[in-house]
Amino acid sequence: MDILRLATAGSVDDGKSTLIGRLLYDTKSVFTDQIESVERASRDRGDDYVNLALLTDGLRAEREQGITIDVAYRYFATPRRKFIVADTPGHIQYTRNMVTGASTADLALILVDARKGLLEQSRRHAFLATLLHVPHLVLCVNKMDLVDYSEAVFEQIRADFTQFAAKLDVGDLTVIPVSALVGDNIVTRSTAMSWYEGPSLLHHLENVHVASDRNLIDVRFPVQYVIRPQSDLHRDYRGYAGQVAGGILKPGDEVMVLPSGFTTTIRSIETADGPVEEAFPSMSVTIRLTDEIDVSRGDMICRVNNAPAVTQDIDAMVCWMDDAPLRPGQKLAIKHTTRSARAMVKDLHYRLDINSLHRDMAADHLGLNDIGRVRLRTTQPLLCDEYKRNRSTGGFVLIDEATNRTVGAGMVNEAR
Amino acid sequence: MSRNYQLTQLETLESEAIYIFREVAAEFERPVLLFSGGKDSIVMLRLAQKAFHPARIPFSVMHVDTGHNFPEVLEFRDRRVAEVGVQLVVASVQEALDRGFVQAPPDGTRNRIQTPVLLEALEKHQFTAVFGGARRDEDKARAKERVYSFRDEFGQWDPKNQRPELWNLYNGRIHLGESIRVFPLSNWTELDIWQYIEQERLELPSIYYAHERTVFDRNGMLYAANEYCVPKAGEETFTATVRYRTVGDASLTAAVLSDADTVAKVIDEVASTRITERGATRGDDKFSEAAMEDRKREGYF
Repeated sequence: MDILRLATAGSVDDGKSTLIGRLLYDTKSVFTDQIESVERASRDRGDDYVNLALLTDGLRAEREQGITIDVAYRYFATPRRKFIVADTPGHIQYTRNMVTGASTADLALILVDARKGLLEQSRRHAFLATLLHVPHLVLCVNKMDLVDYSEAVFEQIRADFTQFAAKLDVGDLTVIPVSALVGDNIVTRSTAMSWYEGPSLLHHLENVHVASDRNLIDVRFPVQYVIRPQSDLHRDYRGYAGQVAGGILKPGDEVMVLPSGFTTTIRSIETADGPVEEAFPSMSVTIRLTDEIDVSRGDMICRVNNAPAVTQDIDAMVCWMDDAPLRPGQKLAIKHTTRSARAMVKDLHYRLDINSLHRDMAADHLGLNDIGRVRLRTTQPLLCDEYKRNRSTGGFVLIDEATNRTVGAGMVNEAR
Repeated sequence: MSRNYQLTQLETLESEAIYIFREVAAEFERPVLLFSGGKDSIVMLRLAQKAFHPARIPFSVMHVDTGHNFPEVLEFRDRRVAEVGVQLVVASVQEALDRGFVQAPPDGTRNRIQTPVLLEALEKHQFTAVFGGARRDEDKARAKERVYSFRDEFGQWDPKNQRPELWNLYNGRIHLGESIRVFPLSNWTELDIWQYIEQERLELPSIYYAHERTVFDRNGMLYAANEYCVPKAGEETFTATVRYRTVGDASLTAAVLSDADTVAKVIDEVASTRITERGATRGDDKFSEAAMEDRKREGYF
């Protein structure tokens, strides 16, 4: 059994909460005391129906205002897979929450109301999912029961979306007609839509192939922690602990350590359960090298002929997450893999309108939830790849040095 | 580990937790791990051992001792700490009561007064990062919590003002007096915990498995009759075969009827149960819809 991380975005109107509620309910992941609590709360609020949104909206303010404020994580499992759902609010003022949820997702689930067709919001969600390079996209055309299960309605929405998606970098797109309320095509194939020949949503989630989404080609091992036991038993032990960010490492491999550029070979790859013959993403292992060279946290182990860029000049898309805007000239802390440095905003190339994808070249700042292309100069070289090639070595966060708040998320465009 | 370079669910969760332990050890001067002798903290201690192997765990463990303990658990705590070779710091609620630092509420429960005792201990020992075993599947408020949960100088959680957490990049920057609560088990479920206990052959206090106990029914939950939890008039005691799904303050934690006396049977039971872990066993979360959120705002875990 493996894990699939999925991100959903949408508002109550789309039926997103009903859809998640349905998945949880039909996989027996909702417990009777949770249902009782939701029923009680729905009654207290005077709702006519059991409001499944209350299953996920856990904060007092969310219940009071009937909105989702923050990312909520939900868990369910089938015999095939365990699922981690990052459930995020869909409105434009919560773009940063959706970006956060999508950053670790294998699959993004986008909902469209069959009666309303493709709205600005769905386009925005699709754009953000592709910006964060979520490898698989699923468009659920919901509320099919309210359009008489019309194939024509479904096909029109699918055509509209496919046309829009052609402008984006969508890896894998699946479009499924569903009714979350009734349960059509959620867990089992619906009998009401014989014209639809694809899988049910759950069948797709259980079977979508995610192993090949990881970069198994470019060896990247950011050194996280140096293990030196300093005990009689392990007097000369020096191990470099970290999580594999790309490629497959094996004992005997010739490797290079950046930024120093020293080369050596892997002596062994160890875990607390014993040595392993190979390490791949996202294993946490400890690497021992043949030669005693100076390696510390923030360094990167890679192959001699396949190294990340070593650069202080970063060209990146940045999603801004703070009330105080980003402006050229600003200095920030930057965190990238296991490396921390300071960065200065050299230039704001443009701000992107995330609804129209129009580039505003005259923009002089990025406000809360804005996305723009930014050039940064860092105090120390970062060891980075293009985000599209490797999400682990291409993503970074920006931190305000005075407030310590996380104020921005960046994705490296091209690394030279 | 399969040849298709895909980790199993337990391998993924273990790797993520080890990464978090190492990240905190690298970036904080004085982390501490909360260890109560409960199942989640036992899993935490094993993960911490694995993260720094073959070196020792580079931080201490702490127990906020309410004084209302199950003796089996306290005995286990001390034995396990000695086996692992870590230093144990005990923050005692009883001692805090004795010197008047906290006052017991009229009902005698000590859940709420744990928080000031915890905060005082963190300050006294200058612990800036505190590992806790909380999981997001436990509660609605916890479902919204970050892996690195920022707390101000009062230990307060502000759910509307949390730091965005992207990829595996955690922001641990704090000012003097502030701290970070760290939850390496965020993405684990109760079932994952038990499957890991089975895989790692972890020993647990005996009360997690079915045994006979004198209990009484209060608000539909089975409490052990003991010095901290005395049945009121009309609450009949009887002998039942029970086990504990969670282990907390002995005056607040209820047992469940169960015949599961092995790990495998517990896994079957957890996989088929229709009631959540806290819903079945915790008197403290029954007060209101937002009981956990309110306590977390005050500095609780």
